[in-house]
Amino acid sequence: MSIEQEVRKFIERNFILDGNDPLQDEDSLLEKGIIDSTGVLELVAFLEETYHFKIEDEELIPENLDSIKNISQFIRNKINGSASFLQRGMGN
Amino acid sequence: MLLQNFLEESAKKFRKKVALIHKGERWTYEEINERSNQLATFLRDRGVCRGDRVAIFMDNSVESVISLFGILKADAIFIMLSPSLKSSKLNYILNNCQAKALITHVNKLNVLMDLFEATPTIQFTIFSGDKTKIPVNYLSTSIFWNEIFSSSYPTRLISYANIDLDLATIIYTSGSTGDPKGVMLTHLNMISAATSITTYLDNVPEDIIIDVLPLSFDYGLYQVLMAFKFGGTVVLEQSFTYPYEIIKRMVQERVTGFPGVPTLFAILLQMEDLKKFDLSSLRYITNTGASLPVEHIQRLRTIFPWVKIYSMYGLTECKRVSYLPPEELDRRPGSVGRGMPNEEVWIVDESGNRVGPGVVGELVVRGSNVMRGYWGDPEATDRVLRPGPIYGEKVLYTGDLFKADEEGFLYFVGRKDDMIKTKGERVSPKEVENVLYKIEGVVEAAVIPVPDDILGQAIKAFVVIKNGYPITEREILKHCKNELEDFAVPKYIEFRNSLPKTSSGKIDKLTLKQETMGI
Repeated sequence: MSIEQEVRKFIERNFILDGNDPLQDEDSLLEKGIIDSTGVLELVAFLEETYHFKIEDEELIPENLDSIKNISQFIRNKINGSASFLQRGMGN
Repeated sequence: MLLQNFLEESAKKFRKKVALIHKGERWTYEEINERSNQLATFLRDRGVCRGDRVAIFMDNSVESVISLFGILKADAIFIMLSPSLKSSKLNYILNNCQAKALITHVNKLNVLMDLFEATPTIQFTIFSGDKTKIPVNYLSTSIFWNEIFSSSYPTRLISYANIDLDLATIIYTSGSTGDPKGVMLTHLNMISAATSITTYLDNVPEDIIIDVLPLSFDYGLYQVLMAFKFGGTVVLEQSFTYPYEIIKRMVQERVTGFPGVPTLFAILLQMEDLKKFDLSSLRYITNTGASLPVEHIQRLRTIFPWVKIYSMYGLTECKRVSYLPPEELDRRPGSVGRGMPNEEVWIVDESGNRVGPGVVGELVVRGSNVMRGYWGDPEATDRVLRPGPIYGEKVLYTGDLFKADEEGFLYFVGRKDDMIKTKGERVSPKEVENVLYKIEGVVEAAVIPVPDDILGQAIKAFVVIKNGYPITEREILKHCKNELEDFAVPKYIEFRNSLPKTSSGKIDKLTLKQETMGI
């Protein structure tokens, strides 16, 4: 199963999707009303457990978490230990 | 004085000052005032009259702020609907208040299905967002938001017919029967509450408030009203879903005021190193919705020792009841304080007699902030608004049980009814049960609160399914999610073969609660 499929499976199992409005990989989970602040915590717990990495506070941003596509890319970057994944500093 | 005068006075005094920051845009007092004037003229042109209801159904946005003031300036009553509302409840509310017009966003179209058939009083809709997404069958009755402002409508406005006893808003809140109740608030009610609160918070024009709460929630709405009153700046966010983004914005914008509910602070405290953020500008934190666990108060104080923390309590029917002065926090961390300025509160027993310190009773509120009643529901109104000390006046029986200490500081004990408080929102178990009973095959349903570290109370539903109906937990949750706002969807579903009953044959929730708590 691809990372995209795994992420989708988690989202479909844990959050309730609108059957009439299929979720695309690019769709914003926030805009679509799928995820809220407690949902983000569940998602983070799932990612940390499944992929054995630690998510820093700075990484809790929509660019990493707000769509299946973003989440999957974030996972790949984390696994590869790439320094290129989005981590926003405090502007300094 | 009318509520829109807050905006108008500040637009005169502070003109080019930034009033609202949202999604990277900065709006001045003058711009918001001029736009709301244009909207008011448009609404009047389209036949909106004094006292008409106009609903707003969109996420927190510049448009929703302009809309509420535009509606007030048209002498009409604004109804700010929860952005997570689902079709059936949306239609119920629009029909209940007989809304004449709706201001919304194209991203709400999936909830607005069959709007004009289901809510015949609606004469027209204003859509913001991508114009090309407005469906063809809506076009004849729809206006596109931007076109109102590119038109020749004047940016100045003439006088108002309303006086401060007229209604400014109706706020829909959960009712014990399951159907939402419309809390009617006059201009005077809201001005009184805003004046008292900004007095005890010592607000000044330099204050910059971050507002992550929905404007449909009175606490979120008042952040805008109050900031516009004292000429401050509001950083308006859609939600607290990505806390790191919010904290970053607080640092960038040098935020001074941070209002929240217990769930929000619980999530904030899960962040590991809050101390590394430069939040030196932060002057105060306010909490309401439910009381903050004492441990969370202590942790917030350790992380932000320079910040004043206000524990408060209120209900939509009168906005705010009490606040605990920050200097009392160490001595009485479990208290929600005393009545706010220009308001009187006391506790009564079952027969209406005032009780002494330490005795539990119902809290009664007297003040100009107390609502006019529930829209179209005189019976429910008479149950909570009862004669006060002066002939002809009414005081509010809150339905909340409290006790007071020797010095009159209040301690919340519980509700008289079985209303659930989750994520700072009031949820009627009956409403959730009604939704569960709509599922084919559900023969019994009971909803109770269970303690939850993040939510305060989480919602748990017990259901009994008729034989031969293979209904899954997922299907039940999906149904709930389609019918209920997000915060009202149960966190736990438990299937039972039968539910315990009382001697009168009703479902015995006390036993269910005790079983759940392991008592």
